[in-house]
Amino acid sequence: MSQKPLVMIKGTRDGLTLFLSDDAPFHAVKEQLIDMLNQDDFDEVDSLITIKVELGNRLLHTDEKEELKTLIQSKRRLVVQDIVSHVITKQEALALKEASDIHLHTRPVRSGQVVDIVGDVLVIGDVNPGGTVKATGNVFVLGALRGIAHAGYEGNTDVVIAASLMNPVQLRIAELYSRAPDYETDGVYMECAYIDDGQIIMDRLQHVMKKRPVINGFERSVLNV
Amino acid sequence: MSEAIVITSGKGGVGKTTTTANLGTALALMDKKVCLMDTDIGLRNLDVVMGLENRIIYDIIDVAQGRCKLKQALIKDKRFDYLFLLPAAQTSDKHDLSPEAMIEMVNELKQEFDYILIDCPAGIEQGYKNAVAGADHAIVVTTPEKSSVRDADRIIGLLEQEEITSPKLIINRIRNHMMESGDMMTIDEIIQVLSIDLLGIVQDDDEVIKASNHGEPVALNPNIKSSISYRNIARRILGESVPLQSFDQEQTFMTKVKKFFGMREK
Repeated sequence: MSQKPLVMIKGTRDGLTLFLSDDAPFHAVKEQLIDMLNQDDFDEVDSLITIKVELGNRLLHTDEKEELKTLIQSKRRLVVQDIVSHVITKQEALALKEASDIHLHTRPVRSGQVVDIVGDVLVIGDVNPGGTVKATGNVFVLGALRGIAHAGYEGNTDVVIAASLMNPVQLRIAELYSRAPDYETDGVYMECAYIDDGQIIMDRLQHVMKKRPVINGFERSVLNV
Repeated sequence: MSEAIVITSGKGGVGKTTTTANLGTALALMDKKVCLMDTDIGLRNLDVVMGLENRIIYDIIDVAQGRCKLKQALIKDKRFDYLFLLPAAQTSDKHDLSPEAMIEMVNELKQEFDYILIDCPAGIEQGYKNAVAGADHAIVVTTPEKSSVRDADRIIGLLEQEEITSPKLIINRIRNHMMESGDMMTIDEIIQVLSIDLLGIVQDDDEVIKASNHGEPVALNPNIKSSISYRNIARRILGESVPLQSFDQEQTFMTKVKKFFGMREK
Protein backbone atom coordinates (compact mmCIF):
# COMPACT_ATOMS: atom_id res chain seq x y z
CA MET A 1 0.00 0.00 0.00
CA SER A 2 1.50 3.29 -1.08
CA GLN A 3 -0.41 5.66 1.13
CA LYS A 4 -0.16 5.97 4.88
CA PRO A 5 -1.84 3.02 6.56
CA LEU A 6 -5.19 3.80 8.11
CA VAL A 7 -4.57 1.56 11.09
CA MET A 8 -1.36 1.41 13.03
CA ILE A 9 -0.51 -0.93 15.85
CA LYS A 10 1.89 -0.12 18.62
CA GLY A 11 2.88 -2.45 21.37
CA THR A 12 3.14 -1.02 24.86
CA ARG A 13 3.80 -2.48 28.24
CA ASP A 14 0.09 -2.74 28.93
CA GLY A 15 -0.89 -4.29 25.61
CA LEU A 16 -1.56 -2.96 22.17
CA THR A 17 -2.60 0.48 21.07
CA LEU A 18 -4.49 0.83 17.78
CA PHE A 19 -4.13 4.20 16.11
CA LEU A 20 -7.02 4.74 13.71
CA SER A 21 -6.39 7.44 11.16
CA ASP A 22 -8.77 10.38 11.37
CA ASP A 23 -8.46 11.63 7.78
CA ALA A 24 -10.18 8.77 6.03
CA PRO A 25 -13.85 7.79 6.08
CA PHE A 26 -14.75 5.61 9.03
CA HIS A 27 -15.91 2.68 6.86
CA ALA A 28 -12.52 2.62 5.11
CA VAL A 29 -10.75 2.53 8.45
CA LYS A 30 -13.07 -0.21 9.57
CA GLU A 31 -12.39 -2.30 6.48
CA GLN A 32 -8.67 -2.04 6.94
CA LEU A 33 -9.05 -2.91 10.60
CA ILE A 34 -10.99 -6.06 9.68
CA ASP A 35 -8.30 -7.00 7.16
CA MET A 36 -5.63 -6.53 9.70
CA LEU A 37 -7.42 -8.46 12.40
CA ASN A 38 -7.86 -11.37 9.99
CA GLN A 39 -4.26 -11.17 8.80
CA ASP A 40 -2.58 -11.44 12.15
CA ASP A 41 -3.17 -14.65 13.93
CA PHE A 42 -4.60 -13.28 17.12
CA ASP A 43 -6.38 -16.53 17.90
CA GLU A 44 -3.06 -18.27 18.34
CA VAL A 45 -2.00 -16.11 21.30
CA ASP A 46 -2.39 -17.67 24.70
CA SER A 47 -2.96 -14.77 27.02
CA LEU A 48 -5.46 -11.94 26.74
CA ILE A 49 -4.30 -8.76 25.09
CA THR A 50 -5.72 -5.45 26.22
CA ILE A 51 -6.34 -2.99 23.45
CA LYS A 52 -6.47 0.75 23.65
CA VAL A 53 -7.97 2.52 20.66
CA GLU A 54 -6.78 6.02 19.75
CA LEU A 55 -9.21 7.82 17.48
CA GLY A 56 -7.22 11.02 16.97
CA ASN A 57 -9.47 13.91 16.01
CA ARG A 58 -12.41 11.69 15.17
CA LEU A 59 -15.64 11.86 17.12
CA LEU A 60 -17.65 8.64 17.35
CA HIS A 61 -21.19 8.02 18.52
CA THR A 62 -21.71 5.57 21.32
CA ASP A 63 -23.13 2.96 18.91
CA GLU A 64 -20.14 3.40 16.60
CA LYS A 65 -17.86 2.87 19.55
CA GLU A 66 -19.84 -0.24 20.45
CA GLU A 67 -19.51 -1.47 16.88
CA LEU A 68 -15.76 -0.95 16.97
CA LYS A 69 -15.55 -2.75 20.26
CA THR A 70 -17.48 -5.82 19.12
CA LEU A 71 -15.45 -5.85 15.92
CA ILE A 72 -12.18 -6.06 17.81
CA GLN A 73 -13.49 -8.36 20.47
CA SER A 74 -14.70 -10.84 17.83
CA LYS A 75 -11.14 -12.05 18.12
CA ARG A 76 -11.37 -14.01 21.32
CA ARG A 77 -8.08 -12.94 22.85
CA LEU A 78 -8.58 -9.23 22.45
CA VAL A 79 -10.14 -7.03 25.12
CA VAL A 80 -10.88 -3.40 24.44
CA GLN A 81 -9.91 -1.45 27.49
CA ASP A 82 -10.49 2.07 26.33
CA ILE A 83 -11.46 4.12 23.31
CA VAL A 84 -10.07 7.64 23.47
CA SER A 85 -10.43 10.64 21.25
CA HIS A 86 -8.95 14.11 21.20
CA VAL A 87 -12.32 15.67 20.65
CA ILE A 88 -15.57 15.73 22.61
CA THR A 89 -18.99 17.06 21.68
CA LYS A 90 -20.02 20.56 22.60
CA GLN A 91 -22.60 19.05 24.90
CA GLU A 92 -20.02 17.02 26.77
CA ALA A 93 -17.76 20.03 26.93
CA LEU A 94 -20.49 22.18 28.42
CA ALA A 95 -21.39 19.47 30.91
CA LEU A 96 -17.73 19.23 31.83
CA LYS A 97 -17.53 22.97 32.28
CA GLU A 98 -20.71 23.00 34.31
CA ALA A 99 -19.40 20.23 36.53
CA SER A 100 -16.05 21.89 37.07
CA ASP A 101 -17.19 25.47 37.51
CA ILE A 102 -17.49 27.03 40.92
CA HIS A 103 -21.04 28.30 41.21
CA LEU A 104 -21.62 31.31 43.41
CA HIS A 105 -24.61 31.49 45.71
CA THR A 106 -24.67 34.98 47.11
CA ARG A 107 -27.44 34.94 49.68
CA PRO A 108 -27.77 33.12 52.95
CA VAL A 109 -29.22 29.62 52.79
CA ARG A 110 -32.06 29.76 55.27
CA SER A 111 -34.05 27.11 57.06
CA GLY A 112 -36.01 24.97 54.60
CA GLN A 113 -34.01 26.06 51.55
CA VAL A 114 -32.02 23.59 49.48
CA VAL A 115 -29.24 24.74 47.17
CA ASP A 116 -28.57 22.00 44.63
CA ILE A 117 -25.56 22.54 42.36
CA VAL A 118 -23.85 20.54 39.63
CA GLY A 119 -20.16 21.28 40.12
CA ASP A 120 -18.60 23.14 43.03
CA VAL A 121 -20.53 25.63 45.09
CA LEU A 122 -19.30 28.70 46.93
CA VAL A 123 -21.88 30.10 49.32
CA ILE A 124 -21.23 33.72 50.21
CA GLY A 125 -23.21 34.02 53.42
CA ASP A 126 -24.29 31.67 56.13
CA VAL A 127 -25.94 28.29 55.85
CA ASN A 128 -28.45 28.40 58.69
CA PRO A 129 -29.78 25.47 60.70
CA GLY A 130 -32.37 23.67 58.60
CA GLY A 131 -30.79 24.82 55.35
CA THR A 132 -29.05 22.41 52.97
CA VAL A 133 -26.29 22.89 50.42
CA LYS A 134 -25.59 19.99 48.07
CA ALA A 135 -23.19 19.82 45.16
CA THR A 136 -21.75 17.13 42.93
CA GLY A 137 -18.36 18.70 43.64
CA ASN A 138 -16.91 20.59 46.57
CA VAL A 139 -18.86 22.76 49.00
CA PHE A 140 -17.21 25.97 50.17
CA VAL A 141 -18.95 28.30 52.59
CA LEU A 142 -17.66 31.84 53.04
CA GLY A 143 -19.59 32.30 56.24
CA ALA A 144 -20.93 30.08 58.97
CA LEU A 145 -22.01 26.56 58.09
CA ARG A 146 -24.72 25.73 60.62
CA GLY A 147 -26.96 23.55 58.47
CA ILE A 148 -26.35 20.51 56.30
CA ALA A 149 -23.70 20.30 53.59
CA HIS A 150 -23.52 17.43 51.11
CA ALA A 151 -20.50 17.33 48.81
CA GLY A 152 -20.17 14.87 45.94
CA TYR A 153 -23.76 13.71 46.23
CA GLU A 154 -23.48 11.72 43.01
CA GLY A 155 -20.77 9.59 44.58
CA ASN A 156 -17.52 11.51 44.22
CA THR A 157 -15.51 10.77 47.36
CA ASP A 158 -12.56 13.07 46.58
CA VAL A 159 -14.43 16.24 47.37
CA VAL A 160 -14.21 18.43 50.45
CA ILE A 161 -16.47 20.68 52.51
CA ALA A 162 -14.79 23.85 53.74
CA ALA A 163 -16.27 26.66 55.82
CA SER A 164 -15.12 29.85 57.51
CA LEU A 165 -17.04 28.79 60.59
CA MET A 166 -17.75 25.09 60.75
CA ASN A 167 -20.67 24.27 63.03
CA PRO A 168 -22.87 22.00 60.95
CA VAL A 169 -25.85 19.90 61.93
CA GLN A 170 -24.67 17.23 59.53
CA LEU A 171 -21.91 16.74 56.98
CA ARG A 172 -22.31 14.38 54.07
CA ILE A 173 -19.70 13.42 51.50
CA ALA A 174 -20.78 10.98 48.80
CA GLU A 175 -22.46 8.11 50.68
CA LEU A 176 -21.00 8.91 54.09
CA TYR A 177 -22.38 11.19 56.71
CA SER A 178 -21.37 12.47 60.12
CA ARG A 179 -23.41 14.47 62.55
CA ALA A 180 -22.71 17.08 65.17
CA PRO A 181 -22.14 15.91 68.73
CA ASP A 182 -25.18 15.91 71.00
CA TYR A 183 -23.78 18.68 73.17
CA GLU A 184 -23.71 22.25 71.92
CA THR A 185 -20.57 23.56 70.31
CA ASP A 186 -19.44 26.97 69.16
CA GLY A 187 -17.95 25.61 65.96
CA VAL A 188 -14.42 25.94 64.65
CA TYR A 189 -12.96 28.47 62.24
CA MET A 190 -11.43 27.67 58.86
CA GLU A 191 -12.03 23.95 58.89
CA CYS A 192 -12.39 21.47 56.11
CA ALA A 193 -13.98 18.02 56.00
CA TYR A 194 -12.96 15.17 53.70
CA ILE A 195 -13.01 11.40 53.55
CA ASP A 196 -10.06 9.55 54.97
CA ASP A 197 -10.01 5.83 55.66
CA GLY A 198 -13.71 5.41 54.96
CA GLN A 199 -14.92 8.11 57.30
CA ILE A 200 -15.40 11.83 57.28
CA ILE A 201 -12.76 13.69 59.21
CA MET A 202 -12.19 17.38 59.87
CA ASP A 203 -8.92 19.20 59.69
CA ARG A 204 -7.48 22.68 59.55
CA LEU A 205 -8.01 24.15 56.12
CA GLN A 206 -4.26 24.52 55.61
CA HIS A 207 -3.65 20.80 56.04
CA VAL A 208 -6.18 19.66 53.51
CA MET A 209 -4.24 20.79 50.46
CA LYS A 210 -1.70 18.07 51.20
CA LYS A 211 -4.40 15.42 51.26
CA ARG A 212 -6.31 16.74 48.27
CA PRO A 213 -3.76 18.29 45.92
CA VAL A 214 -6.18 18.34 42.98
CA ILE A 215 -9.05 20.13 44.61
CA ASN A 216 -9.72 22.05 41.43
CA GLY A 217 -12.72 20.59 39.66
CA PHE A 218 -11.51 21.04 36.09
CA GLU A 219 -8.16 19.37 36.60
CA ARG A 220 -9.97 16.63 38.43
CA SER A 221 -12.40 15.89 35.64
CA VAL A 222 -9.77 16.10 32.92
CA LEU A 223 -7.59 13.71 34.85
CA ASN A 224 -10.52 11.35 35.19
CA VAL A 225 -11.07 11.39 31.43
CA MET B 1 -47.67 57.46 50.71
CA SER B 2 -49.27 54.64 52.62
CA GLU B 3 -47.62 51.39 53.56
CA ALA B 4 -48.92 47.90 54.06
CA ILE B 5 -46.87 45.95 56.59
CA VAL B 6 -47.36 42.26 57.27
CA ILE B 7 -46.48 40.97 60.72
CA THR B 8 -45.46 37.36 60.53
CA SER B 9 -43.37 34.74 62.33
CA GLY B 10 -43.90 31.23 61.03
CA LYS B 11 -44.22 29.80 64.48
CA GLY B 12 -47.38 30.30 66.49
CA GLY B 13 -47.61 31.95 69.87
CA VAL B 14 -44.65 34.30 69.56
CA GLY B 15 -46.79 37.43 69.71
CA LYS B 16 -47.80 38.41 66.19
CA THR B 17 -51.28 39.49 67.20
CA THR B 18 -50.11 41.32 70.32
CA THR B 19 -47.44 43.08 68.27
CA THR B 20 -49.95 44.06 65.59
CA ALA B 21 -52.37 45.45 68.17
CA ASN B 22 -49.71 47.39 70.03
CA LEU B 23 -47.95 48.80 66.97
CA GLY B 24 -51.33 49.84 65.60
CA THR B 25 -52.15 51.55 68.86
CA ALA B 26 -48.74 53.22 69.08
CA LEU B 27 -49.01 54.51 65.50
CA ALA B 28 -52.52 55.79 66.20
CA LEU B 29 -51.13 57.59 69.26
CA MET B 30 -48.87 59.45 66.86
CA ASP B 31 -51.86 60.63 64.88
CA LYS B 32 -51.45 58.23 62.02
CA LYS B 33 -54.38 56.71 60.21
CA VAL B 34 -54.07 53.02 60.85
CA CYS B 35 -56.02 49.96 59.78
CA LEU B 36 -55.40 46.54 61.29
CA MET B 37 -56.22 43.51 59.18
CA ASP B 38 -56.67 40.10 60.78
CA THR B 39 -56.03 37.36 58.21
CA ASP B 40 -56.07 34.45 60.63
CA ILE B 41 -59.28 33.00 59.23
CA GLY B 42 -60.97 30.61 61.60
CA LEU B 43 -58.80 31.58 64.56
CA ARG B 44 -59.29 35.29 64.78
CA ASN B 45 -58.25 37.06 67.94
CA LEU B 46 -56.95 40.48 67.03
CA ASP B 47 -60.45 41.74 67.78
CA VAL B 48 -60.27 40.23 71.26
CA VAL B 49 -56.90 41.78 72.00
CA MET B 50 -58.23 45.15 70.82
CA GLY B 51 -61.42 44.65 72.84
CA LEU B 52 -63.60 45.07 69.77
CA GLU B 53 -65.10 41.59 69.56
CA ASN B 54 -68.64 42.72 70.36
CA ARG B 55 -68.70 45.18 67.46
CA ILE B 56 -68.12 42.71 64.62
CA ILE B 57 -70.91 42.47 62.07
CA TYR B 58 -69.14 41.78 58.81
CA ASP B 59 -65.70 40.28 58.35
CA ILE B 60 -62.90 40.02 55.77
CA ILE B 61 -64.50 37.05 53.99
CA ASP B 62 -67.76 38.97 53.62
CA VAL B 63 -65.79 41.70 51.90
CA ALA B 64 -63.80 39.26 49.73
CA GLN B 65 -66.97 37.52 48.59
CA GLY B 66 -68.86 40.72 47.98
CA ARG B 67 -71.49 40.36 50.72
CA CYS B 68 -70.69 43.84 52.01
CA LYS B 69 -68.60 46.89 51.22
CA LEU B 70 -65.15 47.22 52.72
CA LYS B 71 -66.20 50.30 54.72
CA GLN B 72 -69.07 48.39 56.30
CA ALA B 73 -66.76 45.73 57.68
CA LEU B 74 -64.27 48.17 59.22
CA ILE B 75 -64.63 48.59 62.97
CA LYS B 76 -63.62 51.87 64.53
CA ASP B 77 -61.54 51.59 67.67
CA LYS B 78 -63.15 52.83 70.91
CA ARG B 79 -60.13 54.99 71.81
CA PHE B 80 -58.94 56.50 68.54
CA ASP B 81 -60.73 58.18 65.67
CA TYR B 82 -58.41 56.81 63.04
CA LEU B 83 -57.69 53.30 64.17
CA PHE B 84 -59.77 50.68 62.40
CA LEU B 85 -59.94 46.91 62.41
CA LEU B 86 -60.89 44.59 59.60
CA PRO B 87 -61.69 41.37 61.49
CA ALA B 88 -61.08 37.85 60.24
CA ALA B 89 -63.93 35.39 59.76
CA GLN B 90 -64.45 32.85 62.46
CA THR B 91 -66.50 30.29 60.57
CA SER B 92 -65.00 30.29 57.09
CA ASP B 93 -61.99 28.50 55.72
CA LYS B 94 -58.69 30.13 54.76
CA HIS B 95 -59.24 29.01 51.18
CA ASP B 96 -62.19 31.40 50.96
CA LEU B 97 -59.66 34.21 50.80
CA SER B 98 -57.37 34.59 47.80
CA PRO B 99 -54.17 36.61 47.35
CA GLU B 100 -55.90 38.58 44.58
CA ALA B 101 -58.74 39.57 46.90
CA MET B 102 -56.20 40.62 49.53
CA ILE B 103 -54.32 42.83 47.07
CA GLU B 104 -57.57 44.47 46.05
CA MET B 105 -58.58 45.15 49.66
CA VAL B 106 -55.17 46.47 50.64
CA ASN B 107 -55.15 48.82 47.66
CA GLU B 108 -58.54 50.15 48.61
CA LEU B 109 -57.47 50.65 52.22
CA LYS B 110 -54.30 52.45 51.12
CA GLN B 111 -56.36 55.32 49.78
CA GLU B 112 -57.76 55.95 53.22
CA PHE B 113 -55.02 55.00 55.66
CA ASP B 114 -51.32 55.75 56.29
CA TYR B 115 -50.51 52.33 57.66
CA ILE B 116 -52.14 48.97 57.10
CA LEU B 117 -50.89 46.34 59.52
CA ILE B 118 -51.65 42.79 58.44
CA ASP B 119 -51.71 40.16 61.16
CA CYS B 120 -50.51 36.93 59.57
CA PRO B 121 -51.57 33.46 60.72
CA ALA B 122 -48.95 30.94 61.86
CA GLY B 123 -47.65 28.53 59.27
CA ILE B 124 -46.49 28.90 55.69
CA GLU B 125 -49.53 27.75 53.75
CA GLN B 126 -52.43 29.54 52.12
CA GLY B 127 -53.07 31.81 55.09
CA TYR B 128 -49.51 33.09 55.01
CA LYS B 129 -49.61 33.52 51.24
CA ASN B 130 -52.80 35.57 51.52
CA ALA B 131 -51.33 37.76 54.24
CA VAL B 132 -48.12 38.62 52.40
CA ALA B 133 -49.81 39.12 49.02
CA GLY B 134 -50.75 42.73 49.56
CA ALA B 135 -47.84 43.76 51.77
CA ASP B 136 -45.05 46.20 50.88
CA HIS B 137 -42.97 45.48 53.95
CA ALA B 138 -42.69 42.71 56.47
CA ILE B 139 -41.95 42.53 60.15
CA VAL B 140 -40.80 39.17 61.44
CA VAL B 141 -41.50 38.49 65.10
CA THR B 142 -39.44 35.95 66.98
CA THR B 143 -38.72 34.99 70.56
CA PRO B 144 -35.26 34.08 71.81
CA GLU B 145 -36.02 30.38 71.44
CA LYS B 146 -34.29 28.12 68.96
CA SER B 147 -37.48 26.77 67.43
CA SER B 148 -38.87 30.23 66.99
CA VAL B 149 -35.66 31.55 65.40
CA ARG B 150 -35.58 28.55 63.09
CA ASP B 151 -39.11 29.28 61.87
CA ALA B 152 -38.32 32.97 61.54
CA ASP B 153 -35.38 32.02 59.33
CA ARG B 154 -37.66 29.90 57.18
CA ILE B 155 -40.13 32.77 56.85
CA ILE B 156 -37.40 35.26 55.96
CA GLY B 157 -36.30 32.87 53.22
CA LEU B 158 -39.85 32.76 51.86
CA LEU B 159 -40.27 36.53 52.14
CA GLU B 160 -37.10 37.06 50.12
CA GLN B 161 -38.74 35.16 47.29
CA GLU B 162 -41.70 37.53 47.35
CA GLU B 163 -41.48 41.11 46.20
CA ILE B 164 -41.03 42.33 49.73
CA THR B 165 -38.08 44.53 50.52
CA SER B 166 -35.83 43.47 53.36
CA PRO B 167 -37.92 42.25 56.28
CA LYS B 168 -37.32 43.75 59.73
CA LEU B 169 -37.00 41.86 62.98
CA ILE B 170 -38.71 42.23 66.34
CA ILE B 171 -37.44 40.06 69.16
CA ASN B 172 -40.25 39.50 71.59
CA ARG B 173 -40.44 38.10 75.10
CA ILE B 174 -36.88 38.76 76.10
CA ARG B 175 -35.91 37.55 79.53
CA ASN B 176 -32.80 39.27 80.77
CA HIS B 177 -31.82 36.85 83.47
CA MET B 178 -31.98 33.90 81.09
CA MET B 179 -29.93 35.69 78.44
CA GLU B 180 -27.34 36.66 81.00
CA SER B 181 -27.09 33.15 82.34
CA GLY B 182 -26.69 31.80 78.81
CA ASP B 183 -29.86 29.73 78.91
CA MET B 184 -31.43 31.70 76.09
CA MET B 185 -30.12 32.92 72.75
CA THR B 186 -28.83 36.47 73.05
CA ILE B 187 -29.98 39.28 70.80
CA ASP B 188 -26.63 39.29 69.01
CA GLU B 189 -26.81 35.57 68.33
CA ILE B 190 -30.28 35.88 66.87
CA ILE B 191 -29.32 38.77 64.61
CA GLN B 192 -26.22 36.90 63.50
CA VAL B 193 -28.24 33.88 62.43
CA LEU B 194 -31.09 35.76 60.80
CA SER B 195 -28.91 38.54 59.35
CA ILE B 196 -31.70 41.09 58.93
CA ASP B 197 -32.17 44.53 60.48
CA LEU B 198 -33.43 44.68 64.03
CA LEU B 199 -36.49 46.89 64.41
CA GLY B 200 -36.90 46.49 68.13
CA ILE B 201 -36.92 44.32 71.18
CA VAL B 202 -39.69 43.75 73.69
CA GLN B 203 -39.25 42.33 77.15
CA ASP B 204 -41.32 39.50 78.50
CA ASP B 205 -43.87 41.26 80.65
CA ASP B 206 -46.92 40.08 82.55
CA GLU B 207 -48.51 43.46 81.89
CA VAL B 208 -48.75 42.64 78.18
CA ILE B 209 -50.81 39.55 78.89
CA LYS B 210 -52.89 41.37 81.47
CA ALA B 211 -53.63 44.19 79.04
CA SER B 212 -54.47 41.79 76.21
CA ASN B 213 -56.94 40.00 78.44
CA HIS B 214 -58.66 43.28 79.18
CA GLY B 215 -58.82 44.21 75.53
CA GLU B 216 -56.62 47.25 76.14
CA PRO B 217 -53.30 47.11 74.25
CA VAL B 218 -50.40 47.75 76.60
CA ALA B 219 -49.08 50.51 74.35
CA LEU B 220 -51.79 52.78 75.79
CA ASN B 221 -50.13 52.84 79.18
CA PRO B 222 -46.95 54.95 79.14
CA ASN B 223 -45.78 53.70 82.53
CA ILE B 224 -44.98 50.21 81.37
CA LYS B 225 -41.61 49.27 79.91
CA SER B 226 -42.95 47.10 77.12
CA SER B 227 -45.30 49.90 76.16
CA ILE B 228 -42.27 52.13 75.58
CA SER B 229 -40.70 49.37 73.49
CA TYR B 230 -43.74 49.26 71.21
CA ARG B 231 -43.82 53.03 70.95
CA ASN B 232 -40.13 53.07 70.06
CA ILE B 233 -40.76 50.51 67.34
CA ALA B 234 -43.61 52.60 66.01
CA ARG B 235 -41.33 55.64 65.90
CA ARG B 236 -38.77 53.63 63.95
CA ILE B 237 -41.47 52.60 61.49
CA LEU B 238 -42.15 56.31 60.98
CA GLY B 239 -38.49 56.76 60.12
CA GLU B 240 -37.24 58.31 63.34
CA SER B 241 -33.95 57.00 64.55
CA VAL B 242 -34.51 55.87 68.08
CA PRO B 243 -31.41 54.34 69.61
CA LEU B 244 -31.62 50.60 69.92
CA GLN B 245 -30.73 50.26 73.55
CA SER B 246 -30.57 46.70 74.55
CA PHE B 247 -32.48 46.15 77.73
CA ASP B 248 -29.78 44.43 79.65
CA GLN B 249 -27.37 47.32 79.20
CA GLU B 250 -29.97 49.80 80.23
CA GLN B 251 -30.91 47.72 83.19
CA THR B 252 -27.41 47.07 84.39
CA PHE B 253 -26.76 50.79 84.20
CA MET B 254 -29.93 51.51 86.12
CA THR B 255 -29.12 48.79 88.60
CA LYS B 256 -25.71 50.32 89.11
CA VAL B 257 -27.22 53.74 89.76
CA LYS B 258 -29.78 52.29 92.08
CA LYS B 259 -27.15 50.27 93.85
CA PHE B 260 -25.12 53.43 94.19
CA PHE B 261 -27.97 55.08 95.98
CA GLY B 262 -28.56 51.98 98.02
CA MET B 263 -31.93 51.29 96.39
CA ARG B 264 -33.23 47.89 95.48
CA GLU B 265 -34.81 47.24 92.19
CA LYS B 266 -38.59 47.36 92.23
